[in-house]
Amino acid sequence: MTATPPHAHPYIPNSAPAVRRAMLKAVGTDSVEDFYADIPASLRLHRPLNLPAPLRSEAGLVRHLEELLAGGRSTRDTLSFLGAGCYPHHVPAVVDEVVNRSEFLTAYAGEPYEDHGRFQAMWEYQSLMAELLAAEVVNVPVYDGFQAAGTALRMAGRVTGRRRLLAVSDTAPEQLSKVTDYVRPEHEVTVLPPRADGRADLDAVRAELAAGDVAAVWAQAPAYSGLVDEGLPDLAELAHEAGALYVVGCNPLTLGVLAPPADYGADIACGDIQPLGVHMSYGGGNAGFLATQDVEQLVAEFPTRLFGLVPTSVEGEYGFGDVAFERTSFALREEGREWVGTASALHGIGAGVYLALMGPHGMREIGETVLAHTAYAKRRLAEVPGVEVPQADAVHFADFPVRFTGSRTAVEVNAALLEHGIFGGALRPERGPHEALFCVTETHTTADIDRLADTLKGIP
Amino acid sequence: MSDARRQGAAEPTREDARVAPKPALRRFHQARWDEKLIFELSTPGQRGIEVPAPEPEVAAAVGDVAAALPDALRRGTPPALPELGQQQVLRHYLRLSQENLGADLNVDVGQGTCTMKYSPKVNDSFVRDPRVAEAHPLQDASTVQGLLEIMYRLEGLLREVSGMDRVSLQPAAGSSAIWTNVAMIRAYFAARGEAEQRDTVITSSFSHPSNAACAKTAGYRVITLPPDADGYPDIEALRAAAGPRTAALLITNPEDTGIYNPRIEEFVRLVHEAGGLCAYDQANANGILGITRAREAGFDLCHFNLHKTFSTPHACGGPAAGACGVTEELAPYLPRPTVEFDGERYRLEHDRPDSVGSVRPFYGVVPNLVRAYAWIMSLGAEGLREAAEVAVLNNNYLLSRIREIPGVSVPYAQSRPRVEQVRYSWERLHADTGVHSEEIGLRAADFGTHYWTSHHPYTVPEPMTLEPTESYSRADLDEYAAILAEVAREAYEDPDVVRTAPHRSTVHRAREDTLESAATWAVTWRAYRRKVLGEDGA
Amino acid sequence: MIRVGLVVNPVAGLGGRVGLQGSDGEAVQQRARELGARPRAGTRARAALSELAARGADVELLAAPGVLGARWAAGAGWPHRVVPVAPSSETGSAECADSAVLRPGSPRLGVVPPARRAPGSGVGTRAPDAGHVHDAGRPGAPRTTAADTVAAVRALRDAGVRLLLFAGGDGTARDVYDALGGDTELTVLGIPTGVKMHSAVFSVNPRAAGEVAAVYGREEGGVPTRRAEVMDRDEAALRQGRVTARLYGWLPVPFVPARLQQRKTGGTVLSPDAVGGIAREVREAAQRLPGAGSRGPLLVLGPGTTTQALAAALGAEVGPTGVSALVPGGGTAEVVARNAGGDALLDLVRAGRPALVALSPVGGQGFLLGRGNQQLGPEVIRAAGGAARVLVVCTESKLAALGGRPLLVDSGDDALDAELTGYRPVITGRGALTMYRVTI
Repeated sequence: MTATPPHAHPYIPNSAPAVRRAMLKAVGTDSVEDFYADIPASLRLHRPLNLPAPLRSEAGLVRHLEELLAGGRSTRDTLSFLGAGCYPHHVPAVVDEVVNRSEFLTAYAGEPYEDHGRFQAMWEYQSLMAELLAAEVVNVPVYDGFQAAGTALRMAGRVTGRRRLLAVSDTAPEQLSKVTDYVRPEHEVTVLPPRADGRADLDAVRAELAAGDVAAVWAQAPAYSGLVDEGLPDLAELAHEAGALYVVGCNPLTLGVLAPPADYGADIACGDIQPLGVHMSYGGGNAGFLATQDVEQLVAEFPTRLFGLVPTSVEGEYGFGDVAFERTSFALREEGREWVGTASALHGIGAGVYLALMGPHGMREIGETVLAHTAYAKRRLAEVPGVEVPQADAVHFADFPVRFTGSRTAVEVNAALLEHGIFGGALRPERGPHEALFCVTETHTTADIDRLADTLKGIP
Repeated sequence: MSDARRQGAAEPTREDARVAPKPALRRFHQARWDEKLIFELSTPGQRGIEVPAPEPEVAAAVGDVAAALPDALRRGTPPALPELGQQQVLRHYLRLSQENLGADLNVDVGQGTCTMKYSPKVNDSFVRDPRVAEAHPLQDASTVQGLLEIMYRLEGLLREVSGMDRVSLQPAAGSSAIWTNVAMIRAYFAARGEAEQRDTVITSSFSHPSNAACAKTAGYRVITLPPDADGYPDIEALRAAAGPRTAALLITNPEDTGIYNPRIEEFVRLVHEAGGLCAYDQANANGILGITRAREAGFDLCHFNLHKTFSTPHACGGPAAGACGVTEELAPYLPRPTVEFDGERYRLEHDRPDSVGSVRPFYGVVPNLVRAYAWIMSLGAEGLREAAEVAVLNNNYLLSRIREIPGVSVPYAQSRPRVEQVRYSWERLHADTGVHSEEIGLRAADFGTHYWTSHHPYTVPEPMTLEPTESYSRADLDEYAAILAEVAREAYEDPDVVRTAPHRSTVHRAREDTLESAATWAVTWRAYRRKVLGEDGA
Repeated sequence: MIRVGLVVNPVAGLGGRVGLQGSDGEAVQQRARELGARPRAGTRARAALSELAARGADVELLAAPGVLGARWAAGAGWPHRVVPVAPSSETGSAECADSAVLRPGSPRLGVVPPARRAPGSGVGTRAPDAGHVHDAGRPGAPRTTAADTVAAVRALRDAGVRLLLFAGGDGTARDVYDALGGDTELTVLGIPTGVKMHSAVFSVNPRAAGEVAAVYGREEGGVPTRRAEVMDRDEAALRQGRVTARLYGWLPVPFVPARLQQRKTGGTVLSPDAVGGIAREVREAAQRLPGAGSRGPLLVLGPGTTTQALAAALGAEVGPTGVSALVPGGGTAEVVARNAGGDALLDLVRAGRPALVALSPVGGQGFLLGRGNQQLGPEVIRAAGGAARVLVVCTESKLAALGGRPLLVDSGDDALDAELTGYRPVITGRGALTMYRVTI
């Protein structure tokens, strides 16, 4: 007699026929149909789903995915100058080790007791970011930097009770799109295009603020173009004189060398922590932060979770919990109208590990290297005939703008670069067909940059 | 050789070698490393990683760029980050990881509404592949055909699972997907010139509260339908609520009680007759995969939480992933870009003039899209249905075990089955013993598991929400029920043990009241040092 | 360490177990005894004290003598101090110890305390037959009267207790109210033992009372209070088959909101108790009324803590009792009437401002009209514009606490009641409504 192998899916232990029968019997029925008695026949799908045949074996699944990904290329195997909101920084192996631990990767929403480690790691992330940002309050991450900007601006709207938002820097078009739609019922976004040199148009900002209806001046540090605007501190002054808040979107990786927005007057800093040890993952690795000082009026407007450090009943033991800011008498929380949900917590833990590894010196050094590489790349590319680097005298961080003055469009240049095994810069269709945004980080070498310049020389 | 042997004591017998059987409940103790904060582990001068310095020719060419920054924009004081060697950083975080109870380690049926199912390890291996992890979103489409094909195929799979015509994979998570649906509803009515008139969204008490919250965020007035006596959303309340101001019904089914609303078609019809749209929150879809779909019930939009129903790991609360399905009529409003296929090449289509725009950077939480795709492919149609049926079987089996525990009750619709989860009530146990549901949950932590109560306000008193997905074995479910039975017994016989729990956790009861006052809450080390330790200049 | 006082009405709850609708009045108690009723107030008080002990409260317990408190404290193993109680007019000497209060077999039956009136509002006048004598429930058992409760409460207050725990039902709550008056600063908390539990001064069960008291003990001076309704049903009417209840007054109770254990995803971070959003909705509704632009709308607020908080959110200070009227402006609302009577309200509403009436369900029973706000008679509602001008406001928490029971109206005008019934939107927050059933 041959034994019949149990027909159980590896992920579904109780699909073993005998187990299934026994469990049905235990609840007093002989068919799962009884559990679906409330679903009317008219709503039942009276056929199997029309899906591809399953790949039940792990080996078969691995082979299928390999077939799909075969031929795909990445920045690991190809020299890339793409940035524009998603940055190719080195991800330390220790970060991967920690975020791939089952205990962190598969946990969800336990209490601070069974999930103490998650709470401590997240509180430490808040604290490490706070040191970087010179702030006292940093949230548990939201989805991404776009969401963080939308929320920061809504917070400013609630604090000031005003309607209008001024976008004064070069901002990623998709971010502007998202933020505009997100704040739509409460706020309108007035976009003030930067001057030709890329800096915010302070006169235009002043004129708009005069109306007295501006909730926030919203700047980027650096701008989408990579520009570090010398006018950032002036904007703080203008905003505050007009009773508006100053909201600054920043790349946290810059803050070992660039001043944190709080130091030049930002009331709310926000941004994306992807640069801090999160893999690019085809644009899928994001988490957003918000940072303020510990001012009750501002803290009360955070629509996100904030973990706090507390004592326990045992001396010398750290406990954690949620700051219960809804109890404060401040603020019009009922105007909040935002939500809390599953967002991007694990990236926060990873960014914390990243900052702990880097320390103050690592953050300064990476900033210096990126600044130097960016300056060097701008200089090398500016030497290429048919390539112009606008805003050449300004400081750029990682991203910098390039204009192709010859007959070729940026799309065509990129196609030619790709033939040479190089991913060229990000397109800027909103600025015309000849503009692109190139990016270098600490992961590039002098030789990489020289190769780009030399290759461009060969592309008429 | 032991001293006893040398001294001629009796040889050990088989009895001496025998290990007694395990007790009924495991003698769990959570890791307790008593770990300091990372800041307290700092030693100046140490470092965790080296950063590439600019090469000499770069330095020679550009000089000290940072020094050229205007003073106001140059960082003065270095950030007060800790300084540790690499292994010290690793050890700190590994200890913290051990002090965390991941779903891989416990019978995680207690986080009802969250669909805690097994996330296959092989799927994690795909997302660590450099062709996924190190791909830049703006690479030429020709270099990422495989990624685009996965997204295109995943959309196709979810179209079939939902019956909808198009699916966007861009939303970052479940609530983000609800937001995306609301944004599409808003855009739809704006295009029809009805935006002003249709200012109201209807939802139900036991739908996920993000439905109401997202609608409010979008500027809608929200009307909630309370449960009727059987726990179903009150259809008479819907009749009173639906009208010319109705933009949409946002509703979950089965709701968070685990009860399937059999009149859902009528709900949809009533709202359609009033001129509104209907969006199906399929956060609780795990029990009905392949059984019933949004399409058949007449919905215009729906969304899935890929991290729930389609098994991507919950990651301490994200990254997650969401998917929005819509009918042809709503398709123009989907977020941009979409993934299209011309028969030869896959590409991203940005030219979508009626789109609500981007709801997050780039195209979605790609690693989780890859995982969800792999999960569905490993199951197929038959497997998805099996997952659903076993999830429901597991739930009704656990229900029968939990019902045996004194002090617990199952509110509403007494004679009806539950789908994939149940909202229980410890009201009776609380009245008898004074022990709260939260306290039972904390005591359960002493046995290596946990549970979640429910959203506020507690419409069901002293609630507990359990959702045993298809991932758990019968023995797992028996163990979980035995733990709750033991805690309930303790509540009746020795309530102090429960009230003062946890006893075998990483830490003891925290003094959370300090989090309620602006004078004492400490969100960061920086704030803690200034406010609590009273350090100057912190 | 804070001082907590304990007073027990030993006969509270006598009627419930044997199917009577209450325990007030000697005749009822007698009938209950005949039916085999046994008092349970004492054991329930003991449960509350056990919980207080289990939660490690650092309190000094002061108890009224004998069955009025000390006996149950002793039973719970609590060290306590017995506070002498002055003799009540009904029971004679109650100096100290059991014998002084317990008058075995010789109660002065039928003694009726003076009719009482809730201050200010004029509501809640008690029917003469509602005077009651407490009796421990069996022949020869100790008997106590309402006056004993009153005397014990006053003695404990005078002894400096900060929190008064009292075990009893609605009748006992009334006695406590009578002893302290509506303006008392002494925080009280009811241990529910009675049959009628309409008052909001009770914890949900005896152990919860101990738990709240423990928090109070731990957080000396740090626990806020809220005013809670003392309600009572009309006993005589009840036994004629009609359920009616009255708002008797307000007493301060500790406010210990349930800890928000919202660790996983929550839809919103807003506390379900918030009223700020309700206030904004009501103000906007008032300002949208036809003619509101030129004359300024009139906002009539029914009694209750929700409407009081609503007024506060609009910048106006009104009490929780009585009906008030505001003119909400852009900034602070102007109060044009406090504790207004029916005629005054009618005059106000007829004076020409477009009017809105905001009502919140009172007590645990969900009455919107006809209980505790009889000044808001049908003629006032009609003058304001009828049912269309009535807004129902309630926090999500309070609505959830109704447990699905409908809201009730009994305006005294059947036609108006009919207009008000059906599914009505209840304003629960900013842009948030619940479609809820209103019945008669």
